[in-house]
Amino acid sequence: MTPGHARSLIIGIGNPYRGDDGVGIAVVRRLRARPPSGVTILEAGGEGAALLDAWTDATNVILVDAVHSGAPPGTIHRFDAAALEIPRRFFHYSTHAFSVAEAVELARTLAQLPPCVIVYGIEGRNFAAGVGLSTEVEQAVTAVAVQVLEEMRAFQAGGTPCLKFPSQPI
Amino acid sequence: MNGRTIKVESLARVEGEGGLFVRIQGERVTEVQLRIFEPPRFFEAFLRGRMFSEAPDITARICGICPVAYQMSACHAVEDAFGVQVDGQLRALRRLLYCGEWIESHALHVYMLHAPDFLGYEDAIRMAKDHPQVVQRGLRLKKTGNNIVRLVGGREIHPINVRVGGFYRVPGKQELAPLAEELRRARDAALETVRWVAAFPFPAFDRDYEFVALRHPEEYPFNEGRLVSNKGLDIAVREYDQHFVEEHVAHSNALHAVLQARGAYSVGPLARYNLNFDRLSLLAQEAARTAGLGAVCRNPFQSIVVRSVELVYACDEALRLIAQYEMPDRPAADIAPRVATGFGCTEAPRGILYHRSRLDDHGVILDAKIVPPTSQNQKTIEGDLWQCVPANLELPKDTLQWRCEQAVRNYDPCISCATHFLHLHIERA
Repeated sequence: MTPGHARSLIIGIGNPYRGDDGVGIAVVRRLRARPPSGVTILEAGGEGAALLDAWTDATNVILVDAVHSGAPPGTIHRFDAAALEIPRRFFHYSTHAFSVAEAVELARTLAQLPPCVIVYGIEGRNFAAGVGLSTEVEQAVTAVAVQVLEEMRAFQAGGTPCLKFPSQPI
Repeated sequence: MNGRTIKVESLARVEGEGGLFVRIQGERVTEVQLRIFEPPRFFEAFLRGRMFSEAPDITARICGICPVAYQMSACHAVEDAFGVQVDGQLRALRRLLYCGEWIESHALHVYMLHAPDFLGYEDAIRMAKDHPQVVQRGLRLKKTGNNIVRLVGGREIHPINVRVGGFYRVPGKQELAPLAEELRRARDAALETVRWVAAFPFPAFDRDYEFVALRHPEEYPFNEGRLVSNKGLDIAVREYDQHFVEEHVAHSNALHAVLQARGAYSVGPLARYNLNFDRLSLLAQEAARTAGLGAVCRNPFQSIVVRSVELVYACDEALRLIAQYEMPDRPAADIAPRVATGFGCTEAPRGILYHRSRLDDHGVILDAKIVPPTSQNQKTIEGDLWQCVPANLELPKDTLQWRCEQAVRNYDPCISCATHFLHLHIERA
């Protein structure tokens, strides 16, 4: 499928009323300030089954969510979900048990995973009820937004972004 | 004499996270704690000082699975305070919106969170490997619910179209036609769901529950009714605080709600069903009977069947509402703020959700009280575990732990509504 017929999607996931769980939403709101053309930007609450719906017919999907894996707050993890199973422990602190990692794995099982799915997990520190991001997490927002934009541009230029960027903490 | 404890670190397949601790001495259970850590009344505090018009948008953020329930309870509380009655097609649209939420919430729980327990799968993904079409059916059902919420509520998650007095925009009759088409298929899928779950193996389990639900003169309850129980409770919603109290329990940051007169009680599909069977549509009643249910069901493990029956009802009711729908002249009733306290109680997918709001004459919220269904079920869930564990002591450790978790999942607990996270610890000393 050529990029001209591709459907590109960026989904920010989280709850802005649960501290660092709002980082995914913060990232896509930053992107909305100067949205890349030809890309749909969505905000989602993290309920997994809704994600399967949202990425129907999409070819290139980037998800952004908070994670809690024990790494230092603000650490940015990148997963190539089309290539590898996402460690489920990473999405443990989603407010819903049927969360991003499970949605991806369910989609894979049902052959409903888009050809290219990149997941950015930003390590959070505080998931208690409240508004606002921790300092380290806030600082990661710009870096992730920039990275997401670059990935999308690379795809639209005809490349396959999954191959161009390393799948490791940046 | 060795004691054993059961601690599940992280309860799987519940909304949010939760913890369970059970201590066993010999053959006796000596302690059961459902550890739910509630955010310290954040949202109640957050509402203070806000305009009444912000209540639906703020409360919708409390839960990603049941935002409509929070919006409805909040709206009704404010409308009660200001003497506003939402009638006619606006009332019908609210019921339709709630049908959508029940469908998507129940479909998610039945297929993704609960069915794996009965079929011996660790999770829905493993179940999907063996039964992809069944899981697809559940996802399509859920999607129908989401589509209703999106059409009437304006967005699938945190519906933006709801406001005190009604809506910002109401659909035209033609807009609902494709939804009706989809709902007919969903209703068939719901009937298949009842047939599917009716065949699951159910452990025998019975307790003398007090079930509490809304009851309405004509309808299976969503937004309106009196609060009733099977043990004599029959009160107006505004009398809730005189009969229900919340106790702080040492082991849990969540407050346990109890009936002052009699203690623990149970809310949710089983309570609604037992108190309102005669209000179900004929198709739903028939589906229940064919599934082997009587008009009363007290086995919480069979809640999955009752949830599926409610799926049938919600599809049926949504179709009925769409068939009779005519676009109202105005999307919302007029609101005139006044100094008052108002009360709302609606049937969230998981049970009654109570909201009290005190306002000033500018419409500013002075204080609010929100009691989610899951915090009302906590004592009952613990009570079930007190009975469930000794009855299953001979099971291997992993199976016993699973049975405990399944017992918690019977209540479809939305722990993110009632709490921050829960760790289930099982210790075998």
